[in-house]
Amino acid sequence: MTITPTYYLVVAAAIFTIGAVGLLIRRNVIVMFMCVELMLNAVNLTFVSFARELNDVRGQVLVFFTLVVAAAEVAVGLGIIVAIFRRRRGATADDLDLLRDRAA
Amino acid sequence: MTAVLFFLFAGIALAGSLGVVVARNPVHSAMLLVATLISVAVFFIQQQAPLLATVQIIVYAGAIVVLFLFVIMLLGIDREESLREPIPYQRPAALVLGVIVLAEVLFLAGHHWATGQPADSLHTIKGGASDLGNNVERVARVLFTDFLWPFEITAALLVIAVVGSVLLARRSGQPAERPTDEEVPTS
Repeated sequence: MTITPTYYLVVAAAIFTIGAVGLLIRRNVIVMFMCVELMLNAVNLTFVSFARELNDVRGQVLVFFTLVVAAAEVAVGLGIIVAIFRRRRGATADDLDLLRDRAA
Repeated sequence: MTAVLFFLFAGIALAGSLGVVVARNPVHSAMLLVATLISVAVFFIQQQAPLLATVQIIVYAGAIVVLFLFVIMLLGIDREESLREPIPYQRPAALVLGVIVLAEVLFLAGHHWATGQPADSLHTIKGGASDLGNNVERVARVLFTDFLWPFEITAALLVIAVVGSVLLARRSGQPAERPTDEEVPTS
């Protein structure tokens, strides 16, 4: 059997969904961050699949920019996480509720 | 052969990404993330993007996951987390939303008005000048001609990210300080 780009698109969609659901149900900020990486990777796989299906190498070039943005995002995001953890020990995403309306 | 490899690594990728979500220990999540990233790199090779596969392994599995592990161990949050949910309806709602997202993406991927017409031949990826040979040459030609301006902007983005993360990781309001002799643990 031949593996068409559609197969890869289905896998990418599944990985993206798993990442999105994981982002919604996990509380640990580091694991939520890894779920964002999963979603970015699924989009990269989609780009490469369409580069093959549409016969256009620009899809592969765009993956480079996604990689750069992912690297910058990880550097800044982990810096924010370190700053948060320095301020309060063992914070999960639920503890970061400074903007919440207490009166309600 | 291609089919066997595809299904093998599709299984690894999906199991790895599920494991990232359900693993209690963040270190296990990071390791399973590496499995998923390497499977995606195999998919890149199968889709005639060997350069991206290499970059994927070096940048993602090599740098980003190591950064994750550094932060996990630095902050000491590698203890197991209880998966008990404080908001009772959140998890089913997230699963329902996930199913909706999956259906939407699969629906869009199957329609050419959303994706564009597929090319006739799946064997060579064109782009750039037609006399160029391999994948690296094609990607480089497009990157340094059509995408030169975005490429320069990414350089600025990386510098900004580096400066920003240095500022964030520093203790606020104080210059970066060296640990004195008393602060350095003796053991």
